[in-house]
Amino acid sequence: MSYIPISNDDRQEMLARLGLDSAEKLFNSIPEENRLKNLLNLPAAKSEPELLDYFEERSRKNLYDQYISFLGGGAYDHFIPAVVDYLSSRSEFISPYTPYQPEVSQGTLQVIFEYQTLICQLTGLEIANASLYDGATGAAEAVLMAHRVKDRKRLLVASTVNPQYRQVIYTYGKNLGLEIVELPYDQRGRIEARGLEAALNDGTAVLLCQSPNYFGVIEDIESLSKAVHHQGAMLAVAISEPLSLGLLEAPGKLGADIVTGEGQSFGLPLSYGGPYLGFMACKKEFVRQLPGRIVGQTVDAEGRRGFVLTLSTREQHIRREKATSNICTNEGHCALRATIYLETLGRTGLRDLAWLNVQKAAYAREQLTLIPGIKSKFSGEVFNEFVLEFPDSFEIVGQKLEARGILGGLSLKEFPGLENCALITVTEKHSREKIDLYVQALKEVL
Amino acid sequence: MMINVIREPLIFEISSPGKTAFKVPEPDVPGQKDVLAGVALREDIDGFPEVSETEISRHFTRLSQTNYCVDFGIYPLGSCTMKYNPKINEKIASLPGFTQTHPLAPEGLVQGNLELMKLLENLLLEITGMEAITLQPAAGAHGELTGMMMIRACHEAQGHPRKYVLIPDSAHGTNPSSAHICGYTVKEIKSNDHGTISLEDLARLMDEEVAALMLTNPNTLGVFESDICQIADIVHSKGGFLYMDGANMNALAGITRPGDMKVDVMHLNLHKTFSTPHGGGGPGSGPVAVTKILEPFLPVPVIEEKDSFYHLNYQRPRSIGRVRSFYGQFLVALKALAYILTLGPEGIKEMAEIAVLNSNYIRKNLEGLYDLKYDAPTLHECVFSDKHQREYGVTNLDISKRLLDYGLHPPTMSFPLIVHGALMIEPTETESRRDLDLFIEAMKAIAREAKENPELLKTAPHVTYVRRLDEVQAARNPILRWEK
Repeated sequence: MSYIPISNDDRQEMLARLGLDSAEKLFNSIPEENRLKNLLNLPAAKSEPELLDYFEERSRKNLYDQYISFLGGGAYDHFIPAVVDYLSSRSEFISPYTPYQPEVSQGTLQVIFEYQTLICQLTGLEIANASLYDGATGAAEAVLMAHRVKDRKRLLVASTVNPQYRQVIYTYGKNLGLEIVELPYDQRGRIEARGLEAALNDGTAVLLCQSPNYFGVIEDIESLSKAVHHQGAMLAVAISEPLSLGLLEAPGKLGADIVTGEGQSFGLPLSYGGPYLGFMACKKEFVRQLPGRIVGQTVDAEGRRGFVLTLSTREQHIRREKATSNICTNEGHCALRATIYLETLGRTGLRDLAWLNVQKAAYAREQLTLIPGIKSKFSGEVFNEFVLEFPDSFEIVGQKLEARGILGGLSLKEFPGLENCALITVTEKHSREKIDLYVQALKEVL
Repeated sequence: MMINVIREPLIFEISSPGKTAFKVPEPDVPGQKDVLAGVALREDIDGFPEVSETEISRHFTRLSQTNYCVDFGIYPLGSCTMKYNPKINEKIASLPGFTQTHPLAPEGLVQGNLELMKLLENLLLEITGMEAITLQPAAGAHGELTGMMMIRACHEAQGHPRKYVLIPDSAHGTNPSSAHICGYTVKEIKSNDHGTISLEDLARLMDEEVAALMLTNPNTLGVFESDICQIADIVHSKGGFLYMDGANMNALAGITRPGDMKVDVMHLNLHKTFSTPHGGGGPGSGPVAVTKILEPFLPVPVIEEKDSFYHLNYQRPRSIGRVRSFYGQFLVALKALAYILTLGPEGIKEMAEIAVLNSNYIRKNLEGLYDLKYDAPTLHECVFSDKHQREYGVTNLDISKRLLDYGLHPPTMSFPLIVHGALMIEPTETESRRDLDLFIEAMKAIAREAKENPELLKTAPHVTYVRRLDEVQAARNPILRWEK
């Protein structure tokens, strides 16, 4: 089965029209010696029922869903309202291309315009792009953008930024001769003020922080902003749990110049890590350096409102090697899902859901730290994730919990001094019963 | 499609206080009021919408109906490979066993995922003839960047990263942009009279400061670079690498293999060749395949199998590092794998054959009516121009907009840059003769209209949800968000 609607008769007639007697002759421009003599060594074609069986069987080899999981750290298990799946599954949203012909793409374009507006409202900034690949590449694009705006090569990155985001920044930055400096954290689990002061100088392009950071701790963005701007540098804030924006003051209102992050929490399933959604917003003055597609409002020949891709002189298909980024197509369908999700939850729903996450996490932290030997590692305020210190290596504790059906958190062993620590994530999907089961299991394994 | 009666407002314009489409559950834990006492909280999300579920459903349904899509008709965008997206693949990618797995779950609990990713890697290696592969890049351009980073890392390991990357003037804009972000300076190679690169030019430009040649094959004209092995020899003789942009792999799969033609690095677009939906602009997926010599530089993690246990290996000292979060566009990879398993070896070959047949059928039927700047034989796509129609003041833009009135999507416009007024047509193998003929007849009618009534084209489209949009005004006076 090849999804080919050309019959054998069609094929013969079409070949005849071309003056050819076989399909092979269509490939005469490929030197004979380069053409395959045999069929590829691929599995024999499967019918649809066989195919579904095959994949269902593999999906059952995944045992993850048999566990109560407290994993987060950049990917979050949130409830997805049915309208998100239902509406986003429409062919008219799944099967178009990038909206190069705006007159027949107003649906896609208006959705992105609404998405850009929602991201601006959440981040407190003036301009948002149409999406990037994910939170990690968003963080890398943010520091590269600051480097272009400031024409400075020193990038400060908090060590409390998601390790994967930091790794991608290194991968992108090392070929461009950028100097990347990591900043220490304090006992609250936030960027250490003295470390920041010592690292900042007039060659610094940007500070990238994350809030809530990788330890779940909320950074003091206002103070960071003052310190950074004092040296003429920019503040970029990465957000891996954007649900926090339902409750926390918008970073843009606290002085952030660029806000970027991972939009997976907004209606995208965990999906073993992808596809996810990078979002990015900035102050208006930096729009010419913003990477990615942007949708703008205009009018048609009859004066009616319509939407188009715009400011494309920043982009690779016009500017080629001088473009702000090599990004072409991005995560349009994921942005659609986020838009449906955010509009469904709306002004009060997002705030209430964020508050519910805070309450559940606070309850879990309180109950877990009542267990002798379990301590909260950091004193800073958290959203829905927190770090606990265990009496033993978390590798060992975690395995014992796993044997009891609990995935108790993410090991922080890659952070020196945090070998006994784990990051625990609690969302609205954790009932009190599940949290209590974790508490009970932990008591048993210690 | 394209209901003209109802003009759908922005969601913000139909919002009113107190409405909601989602009830947040009541807390089942004791309330703690002072948890965030020391933190700057927001009072409100200013301007955020408040609507009911009915309004959400109607809003998105009405908006969707203003979109053209592959399920509606031919989408002949050249180099975009807009083929049919099989429905079973969507169902497979939505199985809860896949969608509900956390990416940081212990490896033992996600063996199904890892097994399928490894299988897709192996099948793509068979199709391309390459020796090692990563599924991580999020899109084609991201794949280019990843591939160029590996080339740079390999040169660095040999002592010198080199300075230049050679790219033909017919290349997609992402090629020079990706090379640039990787720290390279781009040198352009001019296309010759056949639209391909000449060996003499290449030999003249190739030296030991050139890191790589980035070549699209078949190129953006749809023409196969028949000298590819000699091209590779010239590049290799100076220690450079041959990067192949695999955007046009739909013409080659099952027919020939880049790995057998001395290509060192290539990316694939799962959303083109392997039928995964474009989603109105992503998510794509751009795996990168390489030869043995570049294998140590693959991004981390790398999926390995030992005694039927699949493992993610991060201990790769020469790796370029991480290029994104986690392991790639997992759900997209599942759809591509489902596609390959459905087609099988015969189906993959037939896919390329019919893609090339359909394209040549269109070319044959439009030759003469539209100018074909390069008359070399083409594979899966062909590039006409508006040269004949310009005599009547009609441009490729006008032709494209008029096609919309016929209920058809236009070809790629004004690309490649080496053809002035280009109309780049790629029908793919999933178009029936009837749909091909609809397109051909519309293009013929438009060629007539250009002579007889050019004004009709210049003012097109006439029957779409919106008429021709003012893109100049959008750029000059940017309105990029709704405001109260």
